[in-house]
Amino acid sequence: MQTTGRIDPEFTAYPLRGLADAALQRAAQLGASHADFRAERIRGQQIGLSDGNLETQFDSDDLGLAVRVVVDGTWGFASAVDLTAEAAAHAAAEAVDVARVASAMNTEPIELADEPAHGEVTWVSAYEIDPFEVGVADKIALLANWSGTLLRADGVDHVDASLYQVKECKFYTDGATTALQQRVRVHPSVTAVSVGADGRFETMRTLAPPAGRGYEYLTGTGWDFGAELAEIPDLLAAKLGAPSVQAGRYDLVIDPSNLFLTIHESIGHATELDRALGYEAAYAGTSFATFDKLGKLQYGSPIMHVTGDRTAEHGLATIGYDDEGVLGQSWDLIAGGVLTGYQLDRRIARLTGLGRSNGCAFADSPGHMPIQRMANVSLQPAAGGPSTEQLIAGVTDGIYIVGDKSWSIDMQRYNFQFTGQRFFRIKNGQLSGQLRDVAYQATTTDFWNSMEAVGGPQTYVLGGAFNCGKGQPGQVAPVSHGCPAVFMRGIRILNTVEEAGA
Amino acid sequence: MSAQSPELGPAPQELVERALAAAQSGECIAIADEGSSANLRWAGNSLTTNGVSRSRQLTIIAISRRDGEARVGVVSRAGVHAGQVPDLVAEAEHAATEATPAEDTQPLITPSDILSGDAGKWDDSPGATQIGVFAGFAESLGHAFATAASAGRKLYGFAEHQLTSTYLGTSTGLRLRHDQPTGRLELNAKSADMTRSAWTGTGTKNFADVDVAGLEADLGQRLGWAERSIELPAGRYETLLPPTALADLMIYMYWSAGAKDALDGRTVFSKPGGGTRIGDQLASLPLSLRSDPAASGLECAPFVIAHASSRDSSVFDNGLPKASTDWIANGVLTALTQTRHTAKLSGHPVTPSIDNLMLTAPGATGSTADLVKRTSRGLLLTCLWYIREVDPQTLLLTGLTRDGVYLVENGEVTGAVNNFRFNESPVGMLSRITEVGGTVPALPREWADYFTRAAMPPVRVDGFNMSSVSQAS
Repeated sequence: MQTTGRIDPEFTAYPLRGLADAALQRAAQLGASHADFRAERIRGQQIGLSDGNLETQFDSDDLGLAVRVVVDGTWGFASAVDLTAEAAAHAAAEAVDVARVASAMNTEPIELADEPAHGEVTWVSAYEIDPFEVGVADKIALLANWSGTLLRADGVDHVDASLYQVKECKFYTDGATTALQQRVRVHPSVTAVSVGADGRFETMRTLAPPAGRGYEYLTGTGWDFGAELAEIPDLLAAKLGAPSVQAGRYDLVIDPSNLFLTIHESIGHATELDRALGYEAAYAGTSFATFDKLGKLQYGSPIMHVTGDRTAEHGLATIGYDDEGVLGQSWDLIAGGVLTGYQLDRRIARLTGLGRSNGCAFADSPGHMPIQRMANVSLQPAAGGPSTEQLIAGVTDGIYIVGDKSWSIDMQRYNFQFTGQRFFRIKNGQLSGQLRDVAYQATTTDFWNSMEAVGGPQTYVLGGAFNCGKGQPGQVAPVSHGCPAVFMRGIRILNTVEEAGA
Repeated sequence: MSAQSPELGPAPQELVERALAAAQSGECIAIADEGSSANLRWAGNSLTTNGVSRSRQLTIIAISRRDGEARVGVVSRAGVHAGQVPDLVAEAEHAATEATPAEDTQPLITPSDILSGDAGKWDDSPGATQIGVFAGFAESLGHAFATAASAGRKLYGFAEHQLTSTYLGTSTGLRLRHDQPTGRLELNAKSADMTRSAWTGTGTKNFADVDVAGLEADLGQRLGWAERSIELPAGRYETLLPPTALADLMIYMYWSAGAKDALDGRTVFSKPGGGTRIGDQLASLPLSLRSDPAASGLECAPFVIAHASSRDSSVFDNGLPKASTDWIANGVLTALTQTRHTAKLSGHPVTPSIDNLMLTAPGATGSTADLVKRTSRGLLLTCLWYIREVDPQTLLLTGLTRDGVYLVENGEVTGAVNNFRFNESPVGMLSRITEVGGTVPALPREWADYFTRAAMPPVRVDGFNMSSVSQAS
C-alpha cells in the first residue's frame, strides 16, 4: 500500500541539515573518525476508558537531537533537547569528551561494518489516516461505544478500553546516507471482566494486535472490531463457567494471536547477536543460541522457517533505514529448523565477520544511544498448508490456545511459561468447550522440535507489541511477529490454581 | 561531560508561572520536570557504554468545570521554551473541551489543605547530577576490576544516578517543589567460563555510601560456593529469600493493591460478594508493610505528583500531602492505595501510593547469614528475574531464580543448585513466612528501573513453589 502520509511539517520546519552540519563538522574538527546525527520528534497519545468513562488522556511530545561518535576506537554519545546549531555542536563536543574519558577503560576498539551510501532518502510507513489528525472527542466516542456494547451484554461487569498511538519523525545522517523518515502505530485494546457470585473473576481481551497502521485500523481496515466485540461476552461467560484444566502433557494447536509472543521471547531475543555474545549478560541476559552454534543448532523441527525483517508492511519494527543508516532488509534466522542467522548492528556485524549489518540498530528516543533491537521476527507458513480447522481435526486429545496474556522466560532463553486469553479442549478433532487456569511451560528447543505441522498462509497473522524492553538505561521498542497456526506434540500444561495452592 | 551547556533552558518556575497566567478557561495545573542523569555500564572488567543526559518536560493539565462536572485535557512536551507555553496551554484547554467528564473529579488542592507539608525551596534553581557523581565510585570500581581479574572473575554491571526536580503549580495557588535523587548500582560477577554467576546491588542517593570492595568480595565468596554444583528437581522447598528477592515480590503486590480494581471485584484484594479484603489476616507473623515519604535514606515525594489520571492516580490530587501509611499491620491488610475519588467509593481513608516500601517484624534481627545458620536443609536464593503475573485472582506470579541458588545443609552453604522457574503468590506466601530477619535497605533487581527505594528483611518461606528447572546459568 502506498501511504498518503507526508512528513510532519512542524518537524521538517526545523533546520535539520544545518543542525547536522554543525554537529558533524564539530565532531570531525575534534578528531572523531565516525560521527552520526539524529534529530527526532516522537508524539504519543494515550486514551483510557473505565466502564465507558474517560479515565486517562495524555498527550506527549518528545523532541531532541543526538550525536554519536567514534574517537580512537571508543564510542561517545550525547544528546540535547534544543534544536539549535549551538546545541548540536555542543552535543558533538560533549560526545567526543565522553569518548575520550571512556577510552581509558575500553578494551574493544569500535569498528563498523560497511554500508553502501544511500544518499538523500525519504521513507514514510504505510498508513491512511494520521491518528494525530483525528480529534480526541472522536476517539473517546468510539472507545465509549465499544465499551457500551460490552457493558450492555449479560455477564460483563467491567470494561477497560484504551488506545495508544505514536508518530515518530526521524532525521538521520552520517554524511553518506541522509534519511528523513516517519512512521505511525496504533494499539486499540478492549478488555471485558466478569465477576462471579463466588468472587471468581475472568477477563477476555480483544486479540487485535498493535499495528503499524493509522486510525483506519479502528474503523474497519485490517481488523473487524465490531465482529470481535460481538463474540466477547459469550466467550467470557463460557470461560467463567469452564472447568479447570487437569495438569499434564497435551498436544496443542496454538493460534498466531498467542504464538507471536512465544516467538518473540524464545526466538526473537535468542537470535540477537549482542546477547549471544554476552553484552547483555548482567541485565537482559544472554542466549543459549551461542555464536559457535551458527549453522549447527537444531533449533526446531525441519518444517521451521523463521525470518527477520524490517520490511513487512504494517510491521512495528519496519522502517526504511535504521539508526546507523542501514537499509531495511529481510533474511533467514532459522531454515530447515537450523539456526542460520542473527540480528546484527554494524559493530557486531564487523566484530563477527558476518559482513553487512542487517539493520537492527535503534534508539527509542533522541536521549538514548542506539543499541541492537529486534527486527520483525516471523515464523513462515507452509505453502498450501492446513487451515486451523484442519490442524484441530488432526488432534485426538489436546488444547487450542488463543490470545496472549502472561509471559516469562529465563535469562538464557531456555525455560518459558505462557498463558493466554482462552483455551479450548480438543477431543477427537473437535473443539469441546473452554478450559480455565491453563499455562504452558517448555524449554525452547524441546518446544520447537515438537512442532509437527505449520499452518498455511490463510492462518498467518502479524501480531506484535509496543513494549519490548532492553538495555541499561532501559529502552522500549515496538516489534511485530507474524506466524501461522501450529500443531505442537506433547507440551507440559500446568494448572495455575494448583500452582498457587500451598 | 566537562563542557557547560551552551544555553540554559528557561527556569522551570517561570514555565509554571507562564502556564498558569496563560490559562484562559477554568483551572490549570502545571508540572515542570527538570531531569539529569549519568550512567556507567561495564562488561568483562571493562567499561562498555556511558552517558549523560538532560531532560526538560512541561505538563499542562487544563480543567474545565460546568454543572458539577469537570473535563480534563493533558498535554506534556519536552524541551519547551517560554514562548511556546501559551500554545501548550491552549492545546490542553482544547483537549479538555473534547473530553468527556472525568470520573475522578474533585476540587483542586489549595494551600490551606497543606497543614505541614514541605513545600520545598520553590525559588531555588533545579538540581542536576553529572558524571562527577561517580568520581570516588569509579576509582573503587577500577580497583574492583583489577581484584576480580586477578582472581579469575569477570565483573558486569551498571551504575546510574538521576536527579529530577519537579515544580508543581496550580491555579488554586499551590507552589510545590520536590527534588528526587535516585541512584543504583548493580554488580554481577561471573567465573571465567561463564558457568557461575553471582549478583548484588544497592540503591543509593549519591554513591558516597557504596562499598564496592565489600560487594565485590561478597560476590567472590558466592562464586566460591558455586564451585560445587548440585542438581535438584522441581518441587516445594523451604527457601530463604534475601531482602532483594522479597522486595521484588512485595513491590508487585503493592502495585496490585489499588482500591478501585479491588472494589470492582477483580484483584486478589477483592472480597467475594463485594468490597475489599481490608481487615483480613494475610500473614501468620505480625508483619508490617508500610511506606513513608520521610523514611531515612529512602526519602521520596511528600505530596502527590500526577501527570495524568489512571486507575490508581488522579490529576485532581496533585499536591495532596502524603503521610506514613501502614498497608499491612500485625499481619492484617489495613489499607489499599487510594485517590480521593476511590477513598469516597470505598469509605476508607485517602492513602495515596508512596514511592518507597518497607517490611518489618517487631523485634526481628539478624542477617541472611544468621538465617542460614538456623537452617537444617533449604535453598538460599540470590535474586528473582522476569517476574510476571499469571493469575490476578490469587496474584500468582511466575519468574526465575538468577545468579545463585544455594543449598543450605546443617547451617552451612554446601553448594550451588540449578536455577528454577517459580510460581508463587506474594499474598499466599505471606502466610508461609515462618522467620524474619532484620530489615535493611534492598535494591529490587527486577523492578529497579521503576522502584529503587525499599527496605526488607531476609525471610524463611515454607514450601516455596519451584515449578520447573531452568537450564540457564
